[in-house]
Amino acid sequence: MELEAAKMIGAGIAALSLAGAGIAIGNIFSSYLSAAMRNPSAAQKQFPNLLLGFALAEATGLFGLVIALIILFAF
Amino acid sequence: MATNPMQQFEVYRIGPQIKIAGVDLSFTNASLFMVLSAVAICAVLFLGTKEKKLIPDKFQLISEILYNFIAKMISDTAGSKAKPYFPFIFSLFMFVLFCNMFGMLPYSFTVTSHIIVTMLLAIFIFIAVTIIGFLKHGFGYLKLFVPSGVPVILLPLITVIEIISYLSRPLSLSVRLFANMLAGHTMLKVFGGFVVSLGILGGWLPLGFSVALTGLEILVAFLQAYVFAILTCIYLNDALNLHH
Repeated sequence: MELEAAKMIGAGIAALSLAGAGIAIGNIFSSYLSAAMRNPSAAQKQFPNLLLGFALAEATGLFGLVIALIILFAF
Repeated sequence: MATNPMQQFEVYRIGPQIKIAGVDLSFTNASLFMVLSAVAICAVLFLGTKEKKLIPDKFQLISEILYNFIAKMISDTAGSKAKPYFPFIFSLFMFVLFCNMFGMLPYSFTVTSHIIVTMLLAIFIFIAVTIIGFLKHGFGYLKLFVPSGVPVILLPLITVIEIISYLSRPLSLSVRLFANMLAGHTMLKVFGGFVVSLGILGGWLPLGFSVALTGLEILVAFLQAYVFAILTCIYLNDALNLHH
């Protein structure tokens, strides 16, 4: 296979890690929402934790994006 | 006209070239935006604390909110022992926040989208936290790698995993901020490119997306500064209050 084509395919596969981040973010918000519906008075207090979890989960997917960029531009 | 979404991250020299001992120390657009954000932070806080009124004006309100926000975050995550480190975490948070926010202005440069900047901050935090931990607990700080209540058979494996996770802290801390900024700004410019290439008929949809994404990016810019500061607090908490 051509090296250039292999690089493109590799970068595309590396970007698949964003699927995991998507599942994680959906999971975080759905759990927060269902918990907040059960106990709305405790919801405000857990909002910073929600944002923290969101940012951490999003970053995990972006590591895959960085790998894709390294494959495309650094090799 | 910029045709490449990566062109916004280009570092170029402003003014004369300064070379000291073979190292290029010229003033670049990255340094310009770092200086700008530092000046902006000083200006906001100086205006906020100039006259201390009982009923605060706008700048005093901003300063008070920021102060209370960070003070509460530190006491919530790292306890009262972390109080002496408030100035450090406050300046760290403000610097990252202002760099991210200056990056959201059109035609500006995002300092934190370069891994060298975030990596330097993260390595500094890592070394500082390690030194603080050893100063507070001596060699007892190594207990951090040996969690209590783990079966003896699993202990070697857990210790190795703990050491690897400790050593990968600066990497994950820096790459998180850098990747978020890089991905967000690249995405904004890619959607901006769609507006131009789809023309007057089809360009309205990506234009709307662009506006929505700009809002998301402002949220992310704030969130990443917050996450950077709160993770620093969590690391400090490990060093100050050894739980294991």
